[in-house]
Amino acid sequence: MSLVSIRDVRKSYGDVEVLKGVSLEVEKGDVVAIIGRSGSGKSTLLRCINGLETYQSGAILADGIEVGGEHANLRELRRHVGMVFQQFNLFPHLTAAENVMLAPTVVNKTPKKEARAIAAEVLAKVGLSEKMDAYPSQLSGGQQQRVAIARSLAMRPKVLLCDEITSALDPELVNEVLRVVEQLAKEGMTLILVTHEMRFARDVGTHLVFMHHGKVHESGAPKAVFAAPQTPELQQFVSGIG
Amino acid sequence: MTYHLEFSALLPYWQDLAWGLWFTVVLTVVSTVAGIAVGTLGASARSFGPPWLSGLVRVYVELIRNTPFIVQLFFIFFGLPALGLKLSETTAAFIAMVVNLGAYSTEIIRAGIDAVPKGHIEAGVSLAMTRLEVLRYIVLRQAFAKIYPALSSQIVIVMLGSAVVSQISAPDLTYAANFIQSRNFRAFEVYFVVALIYLVLSILLRYLLRLIGDRFVRVG
Ligand SMILES: Nc1ncnc2c1ncn2[C@@H]1O[C@H](COP(=O)(O)OP(=O)(O)OP(=O)(O)O)[C@@H](O)[C@H]1O
Ligand SMILES: [Mg+2]
Repeated sequence: MSLVSIRDVRKSYGDVEVLKGVSLEVEKGDVVAIIGRSGSGKSTLLRCINGLETYQSGAILADGIEVGGEHANLRELRRHVGMVFQQFNLFPHLTAAENVMLAPTVVNKTPKKEARAIAAEVLAKVGLSEKMDAYPSQLSGGQQQRVAIARSLAMRPKVLLCDEITSALDPELVNEVLRVVEQLAKEGMTLILVTHEMRFARDVGTHLVFMHHGKVHESGAPKAVFAAPQTPELQQFVSGIG
Repeated sequence: MTYHLEFSALLPYWQDLAWGLWFTVVLTVVSTVAGIAVGTLGASARSFGPPWLSGLVRVYVELIRNTPFIVQLFFIFFGLPALGLKLSETTAAFIAMVVNLGAYSTEIIRAGIDAVPKGHIEAGVSLAMTRLEVLRYIVLRQAFAKIYPALSSQIVIVMLGSAVVSQISAPDLTYAANFIQSRNFRAFEVYFVVALIYLVLSILLRYLLRLIGDRFVRVG
């Protein structure tokens, strides 16, 4: 069974339907890049996967756990589904290490010492071993986002959702974050990323999903899709980006 | 006509002053701790509770913030016995103080909670934390750091405002002053000295609050 299975999901805000029947299967180790115009429903889809948003019909199963429904075990689900945000959302009153340690100690009841070891490990992975005791305000945007990735990794997620995680960064800081994500992909982490970095989507992605008006409009292997987009909408989107 | 200052007229009453001072200090400390606890619960309920609870808290806050403290005190001490609830002066004083600071601190802490970016809450929830854990480890910590100066000022205001409890004969510092001047008729000296004591108390309290803030409240 797929790690994440999205079946004909529909979601409305009031009268406005923003997801109009989205289906998507994500297997272990997949790197799914979601692209599309602003307002096409990319973030909404991602947020439905870890239960930050509810949906009206269809089904999402993540790691075998049904996301929708009254009695969904969202806490269990979120232990296995990590999320990284555009705005980093580091907790400013905690150091980098403390940001990383918080969920393991609070949610998994991991002893402090062990949690600190996990923090050291994941912060090393994102290249920030020397910044363990720095506060977010003392870090650059790129460093903050890498801490945020480490914070998610500390929970040992089976899949990581990334919503435009380089969009709030100065251009010169984008690559240090993308390199970390690429490394994760190489190590076999399952990733679903909304991105505007087309080259990254093509080179690192195993699947490309183009969303348009709340639907998966076109999808396939990134290189093939970029080389020969089938629909006029994607052709226009790709050429518009240049 | 000249008035001869005679501060030594207070000396026989130093014990009354000391007891009054002690009462004021205990009253302030207890109502600060309890009032902030009430405020923390109130603000949390107001921001994250179900609508009925949030509405209830709102009524409480508005009721207290829009009526004079002395009327609240009189209501608790003189009014409640009509409903069969008879309280001692001391108990009534403590309750009135806690209820009062509870309302003001609810409002102050809520402002702090509102200032925490929504994204931080989503980040916490996405890390599999429950709403209560998010509130405790992420939201309130940041909220307190943001509103600590405002809360400190309110605590000092409450300490000074506590003088009002002398009106129901709760034995605080002001009550002691009233008592002494009714005996020795040295109003100027008595109130001058008591004013000085309040002044010193305020300065010490502000200093203490600053120490606590530097030690425990990290803005990041
Ligand atoms: N909380 C909300 N309430 C009402 N409408 C919303 C809400 N969130 C999103 N929408 C609407 O849903 C649609 C899809 O939004 P979404 O954020 O998923 O788009 P997106 O593809 O992520 O866009 P972007 O590239 O700008 O991030 C948009 O039309 C948006 O205005
Ligand atoms: Mg978006």
